[in-house]
Amino acid sequence: MSAQNFELRSKFRGLTDHAVTGLAILATIIVVAPLVTIFAYLIYKGASSLNLDFFIKGPKPVGEVGGGMANAIVGSGLVLGVSSLIGVPIGIAAGIFLAEFGRGTKLANAVRFTADVLNGVPSIVMGLSIYALIVLPQGHFSALAGGVALGIMMIPTVCRTTEEMLLMVPNAVREAALGIGVPNWRSVLSITVKTASPGIITGCMLAFARVAGETAPLLFTALGNGFWSTNLNEPISALPLQIYVYALSPYDDWHRLAWAGALVLIILIVLAVSLVRYVTSRGVLKGAS
Amino acid sequence: MTRIRFQQSLEELKENLLVMAGLAEQAIQRAVEAYRTRDLSICELVMRNELAINRMERDIDQAALDLLAMEQPMAVDLRFILSVIKINADLERIGDSAKSIADRVRYMEQMPAVELPVDVPRMASMAIDMIRKSLQAFIEGDAEVARHVLTLDDAVDALNRASYKALTGVMEEQGQAAPQALNVLMICRSLERVADHATNIAEDVIFWVQGADVRHYKSVKAAESEQDAGASDQKE
Amino acid sequence: MGVGIEVQNLNAWYGANHTLQDISLHIPANQATALIGPSGCGKSTFVRCINRMHETNPIGRVTGTVRIGDIDIYQDAKPVEIRRRVGMVFQRPNPFPTMSIYDNVAAGLKLNGYSNRRSLDEIVEKSLRNSALWDEVKDELKKKSGASLSGGQQQRLCIARALAVDPEVLLMDEPASALDPVSTSKIEDLIFQLKAQYTMVIVTHNMQQAARVAERTGFFLNGRLVEFDLTHKIFTNPTDKRTEDYITGRFG
Repeated sequence: MSAQNFELRSKFRGLTDHAVTGLAILATIIVVAPLVTIFAYLIYKGASSLNLDFFIKGPKPVGEVGGGMANAIVGSGLVLGVSSLIGVPIGIAAGIFLAEFGRGTKLANAVRFTADVLNGVPSIVMGLSIYALIVLPQGHFSALAGGVALGIMMIPTVCRTTEEMLLMVPNAVREAALGIGVPNWRSVLSITVKTASPGIITGCMLAFARVAGETAPLLFTALGNGFWSTNLNEPISALPLQIYVYALSPYDDWHRLAWAGALVLIILIVLAVSLVRYVTSRGVLKGAS
Repeated sequence: MTRIRFQQSLEELKENLLVMAGLAEQAIQRAVEAYRTRDLSICELVMRNELAINRMERDIDQAALDLLAMEQPMAVDLRFILSVIKINADLERIGDSAKSIADRVRYMEQMPAVELPVDVPRMASMAIDMIRKSLQAFIEGDAEVARHVLTLDDAVDALNRASYKALTGVMEEQGQAAPQALNVLMICRSLERVADHATNIAEDVIFWVQGADVRHYKSVKAAESEQDAGASDQKE
Repeated sequence: MGVGIEVQNLNAWYGANHTLQDISLHIPANQATALIGPSGCGKSTFVRCINRMHETNPIGRVTGTVRIGDIDIYQDAKPVEIRRRVGMVFQRPNPFPTMSIYDNVAAGLKLNGYSNRRSLDEIVEKSLRNSALWDEVKDELKKKSGASLSGGQQQRLCIARALAVDPEVLLMDEPASALDPVSTSKIEDLIFQLKAQYTMVIVTHNMQQAARVAERTGFFLNGRLVEFDLTHKIFTNPTDKRTEDYITGRFG
């Protein structure tokens, strides 16, 4: 081909390159924009209501100005704690079974199918089911019921991510462990799972972040509580619940609190996720190039 | 079949060796012809072709070395290249023997012709026959023909010993024919050497084809039976 | 000290594929035995039958006898026990990615409950010395991860890891095929030294390597053992024409 032809083609390729790069940048902006917008709006609406009281005081009676959502923050923490205790171990165990011990078996297929279905259950249906299974027999709403509902919702995400991450561990590592006479179960726990742990932890965090903001399941289980409570057997407040109640109320003061609450909820989730990342990145071996 | 280029290189090596063999065989024949006809010009020819033989020896050795280094030959290919290197050396020596004979003929030219009781052409034809057969064995990779060549050496050795006896007799009785007799003695010795080289070539062919080392068969056998005899003596 | 391996009528399957047919041979103690053959001939499968790794594949099946020393490994012992007596080094170096060099070497012991600190230190040093890696890593044993070493070093780390559990047999499946020539030479020198203490079986594609390191060589073809003899005989004057065709490169 002639020299001019070649030059033209290169110029065309250069232009295409720039155009596609531009499109990619545009796409990124479009994806990030909503998050940034929401965050910015929340800050605009809620930052002014953030003061120390917000974090250490419970709500004041209607009509009185001030007060905070301390009880809701603590309540969320308790409920999420219970749900993690339920969702993480069961989810990881199921993931390990699917990836390491039950590969190809009918049981594994059934488990996977169940997890996928569970994942698709609407959160309100989950709330209603736990209402029927725990609240009614117990005769009262409780934080425990809320934790169970959220915990069950965590299981599919944790399970599937754990399985995926374990499957990504190269077979060479398993063979190496078997080759030095390590029993299979030991190899799975001490080597395969350990190798996949960054990914597994990410899966847990994803599940945590998802259920941290769930409101509907808590409506029928934890119910919410205007007063201070740390008793698992009593109804308990939670940030999303409280935001819901305050947002629908006719009081301006409560509206302000709702905005602040929403901002705090997002910040807490981001903090929790970052903290887990930080702690675990120091645990995984440094110096790997 | 894989390694086509390598197989072709082996074929080429074989062909070059055969060309060299042709030169060596031709040299002996010419030398003997010069003896028969006392033609000095043929001697000249033999001297000149000696150069070609020496050059070919170096070329063939170099080609073999390259193949060993570059192609990592194994088993039969390895044995083949090794036997080519050895046969190469034997052929060059045959060329040297031819030159020796031609030299003798030149010296004898200056002496009066004498009737000697030795049939050099007959001895020569036996030696040349051995060369031909060993080369035939090489061309066809035939160990049987090669083994046959090994058996022909004894006859040549016998002839050589007989010539030695006859010629020393001449030197004792006819003093003035001594120089001629001596030269003819040396020619016979060269021919006996040629037969030995042909034997070596046959042994190398057997090594290549069968992987069996049959060299120095008689002396090895003799040493072994001596050892066995010694051992059984000790036992008693 | 190494022990001899006696194999009789070994057959192996992958599902319906009859991968190894009637293999019988004796591998002498404290020597290196090389196994050569074209791709798919079964030599890797054979080696995996010796440390009972073949059966970790769900469709893998084995019949026949393999005796290591005087123990029938399929009748008289459990797979895990056998794999502690028979070490394996794989084609691609596979150090444990989350562990330091020290932990990698000690893995076989630590994961089996061994916890005596002082002995572990000694064993790790001895194993690293025996695999010619000690001098290169002795200052960074616990700081550097196994995966941060070069390819040749990683392979020697895997050898150290295998040696740490004190096996009697060491199986190597193409140990140097992923390495550069200098690393390959180091591994070969290592094999020479290790022969004194262990019985070595080396699967290799590289015939010159087999010729350099092994006293005996076995030629596998299509799941059968075609010829098994002293290395120098196999490479100068093999008995079977198929062996000769393979090693001269007439087919590959």
